[in-house]
Amino acid sequence: MKFGVVVFPGTWSDRDCGWVIDQVVGAKLQYLWHKDADLKGCDCVILPGGFAYGDYLRTGAIARFAPVMQEVGEFADRGGLVWGICNGFQILCEAGLLPGALIRNASLEYRCEWTHLSVERTDLAFTSQCAEREVIRVPIGHGEGSYFAEPAVLSRLEQNGQVVFRYCDAGGRVVPGANPNGSLHNIAGIINKRGNVLGMMPHPERCSEPELGGADGLKLFRSVAGHGLKVLMS
Amino acid sequence: MIRVVARVIVTPKPVVNDPQGITVKQGLATLGFREVEDVRVGKYIEVSMEAESMHEARERVEAMCRQLLANHIIEDFHFEVDQVVRR
Repeated sequence: MKFGVVVFPGTWSDRDCGWVIDQVVGAKLQYLWHKDADLKGCDCVILPGGFAYGDYLRTGAIARFAPVMQEVGEFADRGGLVWGICNGFQILCEAGLLPGALIRNASLEYRCEWTHLSVERTDLAFTSQCAEREVIRVPIGHGEGSYFAEPAVLSRLEQNGQVVFRYCDAGGRVVPGANPNGSLHNIAGIINKRGNVLGMMPHPERCSEPELGGADGLKLFRSVAGHGLKVLMS
Repeated sequence: MIRVVARVIVTPKPVVNDPQGITVKQGLATLGFREVEDVRVGKYIEVSMEAESMHEARERVEAMCRQLLANHIIEDFHFEVDQVVRR
């Protein structure tokens, strides 16, 4: 499994993701510059957090025009694994690879804190190492992470089981008090219908070693790395 | 060719929660503007360009709004196009 980590001008979580992939998981790592027009044989492409192109106009609005995004779109169409974290989730929505949009937090505050997430899908390449309905502890850091979609889109997401992570309390209850940003249905992460494009606001790369206060994020990286092995064996 | 300036206004859709608007409304109420019923905070974008005609200019600006200037999921837009007279 070779991970590609896309670097846009203004990306800031690329090295954190790279560290986890290279130093903690021990998988192959390739940084991909936003002007690159090929994905260099990567099996999973990560769009990390940050403020790509300064988040001018809207978060992710300009990044979607980067040359590398054309390749990412085609890669996703072929079934390749694409993983948008924080700003990466915003970019995937702007690019139309995931439905909905991420708007200003209801509190108007930039929220940088630990959250609990209920894992609602464990059959995915990204979550296979999690137990069903497991509660994982993952930090957020964003000002515009409030998930919005039209009612028809939202009910389609729910019917298809496309909500992967929901903000919950430590006991796994999905309650308004556990929602840090006003996301509809407490949504913290969604997957496309095919199951190969994941977008999530929380940062698993910031909690993949115990030294950082928690290592639940590592389960997601290990799931993807393990998925590569499974594909190889099949 | 004519020179035009397009003035584009982008606003959050009525169904989208606008915490900025709510906060500004509260601020206005604190200042005594209690008649304010609703505030929506949006964006103003000015585009200067050349076009064959006013009709073409409007079509081009409409396409710009649909493809980039506004996100149709969360935002509405409207615009005016004015011809700029060279001196």
